[in-house]
Amino acid sequence: MSRIWKAIGLLAGVVLLAWILYHPGRRPELTVATVNNADMILMQQLSSEFEKQSGVKLNWVVLGENILRQRLTIDISTGSNTFDVITIGSYEAPLWGERGWLVPLDDLGADYGYDDIFDVVRQGLSYRGRMYAAPFYGESAFTYYRKDLFRKAGLEMPVQPSYEQIRQFAQKLHDPEHNVYGICLRGEPGWGQNIAYISTLVHAFGGRWMDSDLKPQLNSRAWAEAVGFYVDLLSKYGPPGAITDGYNENRALFANGNCAMWVDATSAAGYLLDPSQSRVATTTDFAKAPIANVSNGPGWVWSWGLAIPASSKRADIAKQFIKWATSRQYIATVGERFGWLRIPPGSRKSTYEIPAYLQAAPFAPLVREAILSADYTKGSRSLVPFVEVQYVGIPEFQAIGAEVGQEISAALAGRATVQQALALSQAEAERSLKGRSVQ
Amino acid sequence: MRRIGQVRWELAIVVWAVALGMFFPILWMLLCSFKTEIAAVATPPALFFHPTLENYHAVLERADYLAFARNSVLVSLGSTLLALALAIPAAYSMAFFPTRRTRDILLWMLSTRMLPAVGVLVPIYLLWRDLGLLDTVFGLILIDSISVLPIVVWMLFSFFREVPAVILEASRMDGATQIEELVHVLLPLCTPGIAATALLSIILCWNEAFWSLNLTTVKAATLTTFTASFSSPEGLFWAKLSAASTLSIAPILIFGWMSQRQMVRGLSFGAVK
Amino acid sequence: MTGEVASKPTRHLHRPLLAPSVGALFLWMAVPLAMTLWFSAEHYNLLRPGKTAFAGWENYRDLLTHRALWIAMGNTLFLVGLVLAITLIFGTLFSLLLNQDFPGRNVCRLLIIAPFFVMPTVSALIWKNMLMNPVFGLFAWITRSLGFGTIEFFSRMPMLSIVLIVGWEWTPFAVLILLPALHSLNPEQIEAARLDGGGPIALFRYIQLPHLLRPMAVVAMIEMIFFLSLFAEIYVATGGGPGLASTNLAYLIFRDALLGFDVGRASAGGVIAIILANIVCFFLMRVVGRNLEDLR
Repeated sequence: MSRIWKAIGLLAGVVLLAWILYHPGRRPELTVATVNNADMILMQQLSSEFEKQSGVKLNWVVLGENILRQRLTIDISTGSNTFDVITIGSYEAPLWGERGWLVPLDDLGADYGYDDIFDVVRQGLSYRGRMYAAPFYGESAFTYYRKDLFRKAGLEMPVQPSYEQIRQFAQKLHDPEHNVYGICLRGEPGWGQNIAYISTLVHAFGGRWMDSDLKPQLNSRAWAEAVGFYVDLLSKYGPPGAITDGYNENRALFANGNCAMWVDATSAAGYLLDPSQSRVATTTDFAKAPIANVSNGPGWVWSWGLAIPASSKRADIAKQFIKWATSRQYIATVGERFGWLRIPPGSRKSTYEIPAYLQAAPFAPLVREAILSADYTKGSRSLVPFVEVQYVGIPEFQAIGAEVGQEISAALAGRATVQQALALSQAEAERSLKGRSVQ
Repeated sequence: MRRIGQVRWELAIVVWAVALGMFFPILWMLLCSFKTEIAAVATPPALFFHPTLENYHAVLERADYLAFARNSVLVSLGSTLLALALAIPAAYSMAFFPTRRTRDILLWMLSTRMLPAVGVLVPIYLLWRDLGLLDTVFGLILIDSISVLPIVVWMLFSFFREVPAVILEASRMDGATQIEELVHVLLPLCTPGIAATALLSIILCWNEAFWSLNLTTVKAATLTTFTASFSSPEGLFWAKLSAASTLSIAPILIFGWMSQRQMVRGLSFGAVK
Repeated sequence: MTGEVASKPTRHLHRPLLAPSVGALFLWMAVPLAMTLWFSAEHYNLLRPGKTAFAGWENYRDLLTHRALWIAMGNTLFLVGLVLAITLIFGTLFSLLLNQDFPGRNVCRLLIIAPFFVMPTVSALIWKNMLMNPVFGLFAWITRSLGFGTIEFFSRMPMLSIVLIVGWEWTPFAVLILLPALHSLNPEQIEAARLDGGGPIALFRYIQLPHLLRPMAVVAMIEMIFFLSLFAEIYVATGGGPGLASTNLAYLIFRDALLGFDVGRASAGGVIAIILANIVCFFLMRVVGRNLEDLR
């Protein structure tokens, strides 16, 4: 026998031995699946305290948003019982609650402070009045801008800008020679990426996704105007290669000083003011989300919540954990230990009454106002029988959003006209909704 | 004719340029992993900077690297062994006792590998759930070995075919059974080829991402899951991602470099005439 | 020629030897494939449980009448063909270079084969974020410094960007197989050719290339298996866009299965992918197979 065969034998032995020596722990365990956003990473860091208090061992599965969503959807829809605590957004919570896939979270105790949660956030995570996910943090949208650049150009950002003003500012501030671009917006295709932003833009132009019979409206004039405006604005005054820029990329661009303005989720504010992560910490300022023909708030509301799959065998312990991670006490602990800019914002009213937070985060009142003005029933001008904000609360929306997002990114890349893109989008949406009615 | 002792500098420069060009992306990632997040996205790119280990600290603090690495080792070795165990007899039989259907079987085996994994994810997920294989090292070994099996069979088949049939015939004349013939004659003859196949299979299994992301959660999660937990988070992530990626490719890169001699020796198709 | 070896008494034994492997693959193919076939004939959306219903050919009709499938098929073949060509050409070129004698040859070999060991997701991330990013990327900085402006890789040439990344990953694999084949060439043959006054081009054309044909076939076969179901690089780098510009079959199925959670349609896509793979495989086997026969 040659050396190599001995080596193979040895390897086999090692594999076998490692297998035998391997045995899992005996404490009660919870498997927690979460997104790799900074707020959740902090939760993971702090969770050793919960482990000490409760004697429970936590196993963490931390993944990017898209991969996590795929994993969780497959797992929960096949009833596979892999996770005890999952992190889901306000899109999934009511849909999954409706299907009986989640444990209702109405019984976390009187001291949990249900009344303290923003109504719109709580409503977003509930189905028929029962809360299926406890809000970890929430967000709306507003406008970030660079006050130094504005001052230098002699411009002034109003508290409530209009899209026409944004276009003029972008034109004046666009300076690609020096790597400063007039405006950054989401261009990466996806229902949680460019579509989230474009939905709010369409709403601002008075349009909507579908009528009350679920008939898609992408061939309407409002869509043509809104998408035409978006493509024109971003391709003239945006950064190069905007079709690969999602929320993260834009945040990096803005933090690096490459954007004069950025309209996006409020949750980036804390980081942009943190000098260790941002070069524009002292020069960033905030304004409301822009409006066009219609003025009823940014129509953007999102929250990440913690939920328990109905198949979990440890729902009691899981509830304890969720109560710990979404409590007022948790927010205070983060603030005291890591600094107030790093607390999970936008879930509780009381957060916006903490003096230390208000002092550290000058944008806080604006965030609060944006969240309070967001309304699930008024996202678009006409009332529809389902949620329509920066997403539409129907199961088909993920598929529709993915396809429409791709078509619009083709228009942004100059590979199709806006008309072509919207005609194809309309066809896709009709295909996905074929044979569907509201009930 | 070439004079002995003359160093061909112009050739050396060309090849070095090519080699550095090919290696550059990896080198760049390595450099980024020692920068701060802000320095990693700086323009013009910083070539000289104060190296920092903070990314590695952050990455290792957040995830139990060794647990992921152990699973990666277990899975890639286990799948390779299982695949070899299944493939050696099959390749032997196809190489030395071909029938009219041998080529069809080979073709069919290869075509199984061309089905995009995502197309069968839901069926496999349901099966694995019912068999209790979700999030087990064994479950992952099973699926990884099946996905490399066609390649392993095909490569072994190519190696075995290069062994002159006369040699086997001679041993058979001596009264050896088929098993003896396989173990004592064929395997020693083809050791370099088998080793190279095994190395290739280990590399492919180590880098397999789809199944390990979708079928494992905690107990059997491999380094590809480890890397995935650092890709596309919020904010600046280049430096931390570089550190995590460096950590997950370092073992296999070193292993590959150490074993490349074996691989090169074994992979010489067409060497035997 | 191999067939004559089998003497009658031992012939029956080959079945048990073949059985485990064929059996495993058969189970792997048969069970999920049966399930896939079954699902492909159903309206089955993970997000609407309990609403499964028999769909007959509807999923197939949906797919086959939609332009996405045809664009994706075209992209799949384009990708396979172009990357195969690139890896074979550059693989041969690099192998010829590495086959020479010069200082630091071993180190160069290590550096050139390194990309093959990098996880596909990681290499796509490096290329996308650190090299090809139009604002932070190194390439953008180089082209801007040289006054060429910025190349928007993923909006202007999404497919070519993918080809570049995949080619970078797989050229080393071609080197790994072609270099030893070159080594194994009989030195006397080369010397003889040189004495005949043949230049390096003639040497390559008449001696080295014919010798490399078989290993090239091996490279082509193995690479094709991977390229037909290429996914990670597209997923990370372009997300199949813009529009459908870089969507291949695997990505199209992914879109149905994991962005829309429409298992029915994704399964139908899977079945179509297997059929396409078999067609391509059939043609390639004819080419490669003849090659294998001729050379024995």
